[in-house]
Amino acid sequence: MAHIPDGILSAPVLIGGAVIAAGGVAMALRRLEDRMVPRAAILSAAFFAGSLIAVPVGPSSVHLLFTGLMGVMLGLMAFPAVLVALLLQTVLFGFGGLTTLGVNTVNIALPGVLLGLALGPAIRAASPGRAAMLAAVCGALSVAGTGALVALSLWLSSPVFVPVAKIMLITYLPLALGEAAVTAAAVGFLSRVQPAALRLVAT
Amino acid sequence: MIALPGDMRVRLVTALILVVAISQLQTIPVAATVLAAAVTVAVMSGIGGKAWLRMLHVETFMILLFVTLPFTVPGRAVLTIGPFDASAEGFTRAAVIACKVSASVLTIVVFLGSVEAMRLGAALHSLRVPEPIVRLFVLTVRYLSVIGGEARRLQEAMRARAFRPGSNRHTWRSYGNLVGMLLVRALDRAQRVEEAMLCRGFSGRFPWQKPPRLSRSEMGFMALATTAAVLITAADRL
Repeated sequence: MAHIPDGILSAPVLIGGAVIAAGGVAMALRRLEDRMVPRAAILSAAFFAGSLIAVPVGPSSVHLLFTGLMGVMLGLMAFPAVLVALLLQTVLFGFGGLTTLGVNTVNIALPGVLLGLALGPAIRAASPGRAAMLAAVCGALSVAGTGALVALSLWLSSPVFVPVAKIMLITYLPLALGEAAVTAAAVGFLSRVQPAALRLVAT
Repeated sequence: MIALPGDMRVRLVTALILVVAISQLQTIPVAATVLAAAVTVAVMSGIGGKAWLRMLHVETFMILLFVTLPFTVPGRAVLTIGPFDASAEGFTRAAVIACKVSASVLTIVVFLGSVEAMRLGAALHSLRVPEPIVRLFVLTVRYLSVIGGEARRLQEAMRARAFRPGSNRHTWRSYGNLVGMLLVRALDRAQRVEEAMLCRGFSGRFPWQKPPRLSRSEMGFMALATTAAVLITAADRL
């Protein structure tokens, strides 16, 4: 749902998205130690594998984004991790596109990174129960942020997309619900079993 | 049957140039011609049946787009449903987008559909993509299959214990635990991989193979693709 294909967005939106994505990736790479790359890669493979699970919500099922949790565990590294995952999905499954790689990276990674920065310290310090609650907020808000950014990309491309964007935002509701519930359970689990796992991997 | 260049760099650059040009088309004759050309090339290069299915994969908002555009684009009304008028311009706009999206997907499938992700990493590196991103890419590809297998085994174990997914808290909690377990194991694995890499003298950079020089025919192919991209853009705007 969050993957906008080639051929819909206008050139200024595509270029703007690519520039912001490049900035985010560059910032992450500048702080990255070389020996942290395998760790970041294996974690992003785990998030990728997790997002392939179809989670039933109401009458439909959704594939979760896990960007809130990525923001907590990877910090800024969520930018390159999402970029790599999107490139893989374009090549392997044909989801998303080449020209939209930048925009899609920003739409998906940015809310998670910001919420991870904002809520991460509180989540790491909290008791398992409270950490799970905060993680639910983090998950739901990062999905909502992605929905808003996708809608914004469509609106900035052409005003005729506005009704579509509005209807599409409704489809993000079940995703946000599922994301909140599963992220909460995952963080609760990590917080009980291996609190050190919630530490930032890099940066 | 036609044979496209095997070099990954050529394929990647060609696909990118063509998709950039296709994605900015505005008129239906050019967009339809490009789609016809893309279908022809796809048939001649013999892409598999599974690849064609990708075209059917339309995202939720793509469907919404085709339903709403005729009613939201102002213009000459050709169809009236209740209080809503569908305009000819709206139908044209939806058709242009459909052509562009399908032609782009076909282009990507033709040039990149059959590649091994690992080879793509080497190509990205020789195209001067920053080395840490390429390293992240190849390692993610490598461990996706390993961790994907782990996720499958965990799900099988859940099924063996009579777990049936439904829209309820128990399911969400169980999947949350699954993802948490996946992350714990991923971190353990990362530790082992890091140690193994250090043992073998990893200094922070992979020793990449020096890529072969591009042949004249490969350069010619890219020039041809660039010409095609410029031509369709010109035909579209003039």
